[in-house]
This record gives sequence, C-alpha cells and structure tokens, in this order.
Amino acid sequence: MRSDRARHRGWLFLGAVCLLYLLVAWWFPSFGEAGIARFRRMVVELAPIFLLVFLFLWMTELFTGVTGRLAAMTGHGSGLRGWIVAIGAGVLSHGPIYPWYPLLKNMREQGMRPALAAAFLYARSIKLPWLPLMAFYFGTTYMVVLTLLILLFSVFHGWLVERIVGER
Amino acid sequence: MTTPLATRLRLSAQKTIRLFLRLFPVLLGVMLLSSLIIELIPTLIEHGALGHGAFVDMLIADAIGSIAAAQPVISYLLAGELQQAGVDLYAVTTFIIAWVTVGIVPLPVEGMMLGWRFAVWRNAIAFVMALIVAWLTVVMVDAL
Repeated sequence: MRSDRARHRGWLFLGAVCLLYLLVAWWFPSFGEAGIARFRRMVVELAPIFLLVFLFLWMTELFTGVTGRLAAMTGHGSGLRGWIVAIGAGVLSHGPIYPWYPLLKNMREQGMRPALAAAFLYARSIKLPWLPLMAFYFGTTYMVVLTLLILLFSVFHGWLVERIVGER
Repeated sequence: MTTPLATRLRLSAQKTIRLFLRLFPVLLGVMLLSSLIIELIPTLIEHGALGHGAFVDMLIADAIGSIAAAQPVISYLLAGELQQAGVDLYAVTTFIIAWVTVGIVPLPVEGMMLGWRFAVWRNAIAFVMALIVAWLTVVMVDAL
C-alpha cells in the first residue's frame, strides 16, 4: 500500500515536471529547447553509468554476501575502519550521484550507519580527476586546503546527521 | 539444497529491475528538472544576483550552488568566471562547495531511497556547512 503510494508519487512528480516543460516551452521556447538538449546529453552521459550500476547491483544481489559484507564494514560498531571505507569510497566513487542511491539504499537496509552514508555522500564532493583544474583556477594551496577541509568535514557532517536523524 | 544458478540469476535480475523501475519516474523527472535549472544559473548570475556584500553573497551563492545538479567541473568553470568578474572568493568558494555537497534537485530521489528525514537533514546541514567550510578555506589560504 505504502509502496504503491510512493510509486504514484514518482509518476505524479514526473507529470508535474513535464507540465513545467510544456509551460516553459510555451513562454520561453529557446529556454525549453536548451533544457531538452541538455537532458539528452545527460541521458547519453549517464546511460553507461546506469548500466554499470545495474550490473553491479545485480551481481551483489546474486552474491548476497557482498553487500552484506560491505554493509558490515560500515555498520554499527565498524569504528574507524567504517569511516575510512565510507570516505574512501566516497572520494573514489565516480560519476553523477543518481546511480549511487540504489546501492546506498541496499547497504542502509543491511545495516550501514546513517553517519557513514552521509559521510560517503559528502566525501563524493572531492573529484580527484578534476582537482588539477581547480588548482589551475584557484591555486594549489586553495585546492589542497579545500580538499582537506572537505575530508575533515565529511566526518563531522556524518556524525551530525546521525545525531539528528538517529541511528536507524 | 542449493538453487540452480539460472534461477538465482533470474531472481536477482528481477529484483534489480524492480528497484530501477521504481526509481525510473523520479529519476527521469529530476534529470529533466536539473537540465532546466542548469540553464537558468548563468542567467541568474548575469542579472546581478551577486554583489550585495560578503555574507549575503555567500548565502546567495550557497542557494544557487544548492539548486545546481551537474558535473563539478561546471562549478569550477563558472566559479572561475565569477572570480574573474570580481565576485568575492568567499562567495565563489561557497558556490563550489554547495554545488557538490547540497542537492536540492536530487532531493526527491534521495528522500525516496534513503528516507526523507535523512535526506532533508543531510542537505540542510550541508547547506550550513558550505558557509563554514568556505570561510575556513579562504581564511586559511590567506594565512598560508
């Protein structure tokens, strides 16, 4: 019943966005066209990543122990190792955020701490391949300081989120 | 008795497909919405959304960065342009941090997948933290 409502909400949301597009296309045609063009590029960019995540989820579903082990490594009582795994995985995770949500949901259901899920999401803001570009624009000192602060604050962020939302 | 591999493959594929199908309309909606919003950001900046004092600029940059949902490299390029246009480094840094740590557009997906309470609080805290991290970054860079 509840999942039915959630499913309907998803379609309602998509309907509302389509309606917004129709309105934008009516009043500001060039703006609507630019949005559609960007959306098409986004679909092309994301398709291989979604496929990869689908295969990864399928495999982890097939060998049910894998997500279980990952969840155990980031579960309650995982201590310092859990933080290192979550933040390290966040830094190394690649591509847009959307494909990562189903994986995080799976791991949360298997016991991953909210603090570590939040830390993972915060640490994702460090994009190793793009750091040279940041250094080019703002200098190496700036890049190093900002990266270290984000690493540090991903722990504080995770801790604070868990304090507020609870451990479940 | 163990389940044959073919059955396990089929069952696990079905479960994964169900998960993706449930996510599909929200994901599609969010991608459409973010494509529209990203187009809006340069227009907001061009129309002088920034330039109202350091703290107000940081708050505005935080809000603009929060509604963006695109590759971080775009935030670096936009931020670089902003700085060259004379926008304060505090605001520019807040913009970069909010762009990658706060996600207003992906919020429906995050809420659906990880729970609304988690998603809303996580983003709210990241919004405030963007201001603190930006301030600390600029102060430390200036000191070094």
